[in-house]
Amino acid sequence: MSSSSIAIRVENISKLYQLGEISTGTLARDLHRWWARLRGKEDPFRKIGEANDRTVKGSSDFVWALQDISFEVPQGEVLGIIGRNGAGKSTLLKILSRVTKPTTGRIKVKGRIASLLEVGTGFHPELTGRENIFLNGAIMGMRKAEIRSKLDEIVEFAGVERYLDTPVKRYSSGMYVRLAFAVAAHLEPEILVVDEVLAVGDADFQKKCLGKMKDVSEKEGRTVLFVSHNMEAVQKLCTQGLLLRHGSIFASGNLKEVLDTYLSSSTSADACFHFAPPANSHELPGYAYQATIEDLAGNLLPEVPTWDSWQVRIKFRLNSPIQHFIIGIGLTTQLGMPIQTSWSSPASLTAGDYEAIFINTDITYAPGVYFLNVGLSSFLRTFQFISQTAYIQVSEVPNPQNASKVVNTKSGLLLNQLHTELKRIG
Amino acid sequence: MMTPTEEQWDLEIQPTSGLLELNWRELWQYRDLIVLFVRRDVVATYKQTILGPLWFFIQPILTTVTYVIIFGNIAGISTGGIPKILFYLAGITLWNYFQECLMKTSDTFILNQSLFGKVYFPRLAAPVSIVVSNLFKFFIQLCLFLAVWMYFLWQPDTAIQPNRTLLLFPLYVLLMSGLGFSFGVLISSLTTKYRDLRFLVQFGVQLLMYATPVVYPLAIAPEKYRWILMLNPITSVMEAFRYSFTGQGYFSWQGLGYSAVFMVVVLLVSIVIFNRVEKTFMDTV
Repeated sequence: MSSSSIAIRVENISKLYQLGEISTGTLARDLHRWWARLRGKEDPFRKIGEANDRTVKGSSDFVWALQDISFEVPQGEVLGIIGRNGAGKSTLLKILSRVTKPTTGRIKVKGRIASLLEVGTGFHPELTGRENIFLNGAIMGMRKAEIRSKLDEIVEFAGVERYLDTPVKRYSSGMYVRLAFAVAAHLEPEILVVDEVLAVGDADFQKKCLGKMKDVSEKEGRTVLFVSHNMEAVQKLCTQGLLLRHGSIFASGNLKEVLDTYLSSSTSADACFHFAPPANSHELPGYAYQATIEDLAGNLLPEVPTWDSWQVRIKFRLNSPIQHFIIGIGLTTQLGMPIQTSWSSPASLTAGDYEAIFINTDITYAPGVYFLNVGLSSFLRTFQFISQTAYIQVSEVPNPQNASKVVNTKSGLLLNQLHTELKRIG
Repeated sequence: MMTPTEEQWDLEIQPTSGLLELNWRELWQYRDLIVLFVRRDVVATYKQTILGPLWFFIQPILTTVTYVIIFGNIAGISTGGIPKILFYLAGITLWNYFQECLMKTSDTFILNQSLFGKVYFPRLAAPVSIVVSNLFKFFIQLCLFLAVWMYFLWQPDTAIQPNRTLLLFPLYVLLMSGLGFSFGVLISSLTTKYRDLRFLVQFGVQLLMYATPVVYPLAIAPEKYRWILMLNPITSVMEAFRYSFTGQGYFSWQGLGYSAVFMVVVLLVSIVIFNRVEKTFMDTV
């Protein structure tokens, strides 16, 4: 198999998304569209799409999540697709895995594609591990006989022999993920599309997954497309990189160069979040309208380096005097699991603009993206709650000069060490 | 090793495709998935229930008893010479199959949203598997019906006369499957955008049941208005089903032919629409 043959060719892919409420007015718009088509005119709603920059309030309800993406992936290559949240990575993966269709353009593919946008897709909680292996495998496109011949391997890779005939709803989340990944890893597609699934599972298992993916590409000559926020993993696994920004390709080619571009291209957009005022904002006692992630000197931090201190500044407006006012923030994982919540002490405030600063000096989060939720309350009654709009991106910037600060294993969400005592007791 | 030339691509992803361009071969390749979906549906439904698969019998028995009391005794609707229990059980068995096919497939997109959003497989596998798993349930319930039927058949002065049209039984099942599937798929395609339809379905199916001779024989409808009931494609199937087993009822080749044509047309329309919707439904659901 010559390495120069192309496994995937993407030609001018674009994807248009409609923002806001979908169903209201759809019928009217559909009729309008149908009428335009009948007269042989262009879709009246397609022209007004804009580049996908979340931070700028657009004038149109339509955005291009992807715009004119073209690239080729040679067989056996591991391509890392990177970019900030909202750059279009997931949309691209969705189109590649045929979950949704592109608005324009085409993709040509040689061989079978299996996509792993999520682990355990289609797992049914009531079914046993064994039944789920078959179901999940079949969903991914495997034949029954194929799965049967690999069952032992899958079970061994996942390390769940004892629980094979137990419903997966009784599994720990780790076991669940391991089993799911094991099935996916034993697919034999020519092309494997992987989304950040490695964000789950323990360090050992993550290593195993990375190893397996490396094997798949190096030894078996298969093509892998890998999307991740974890620069360490991307660096370990990929040879080529593709950097997306606002739905277009910003850089591509040798991974090292693409990574450098990525790390140096941080914009303030990822450190400053504007919250749209709630529809009934004038009826509320007040509302938060901005959150910024900063270092302790007040400079915006689009990416928080591991081990550095940071602070969150929330700006809010009070329409009327308020008593027993509390503002709180919460950090959750991308999957929504709460990690930490902090509150201000209750205060009586007059109307006006305020800001609250939450400072973190001693807790070190593992590299990754964490959502920032904001809540405002009075007498313990929450009147505004903003969830999953702002986020903190903690990056482990690879830095060979300062090796001691680099964590080698991701051993959990928090990297701080407990105070440890070791003594002889007998 | 083959050396692929520029034209040899295994798959092309494009914005739109033809009206009837349905990849049957692909659906066939995924037949194991359909089998596993069926297994999942059947197994998962009765896990952690004490009576397990017995529920397959309990449902029709309780419904039959209710109908015997309400429609047979209180309302006093004639059952056209067939023993009440047998009459209602026949209606319920066949109707339930149709209804289950329709109701369950009509939720295809919304129920499978998370699955469809993550992985590709021929989307038709989902509704097809629903029809098959309901077929399984139907055959179990049919056994109950057959047992009751035999009991009445063995009675000394029985009025039941099964006849040669019983050979058409597979056709009845096919027609019911096809109609349930088509209506369900049609509704599921339309509900991804216009959710309003979902509320109509529950109500609509109820109404349709009363427009079908399930709890009454077609014979009690006045001759003048019978054609209205015959417009309903399920009417002929339901009547023919009863006629084949008991010799009572209204059997009409034209009626069955009408149902068959109706089914084929709706099936085609629903598949075309489904095919269009599945491509972008993730963006609109």
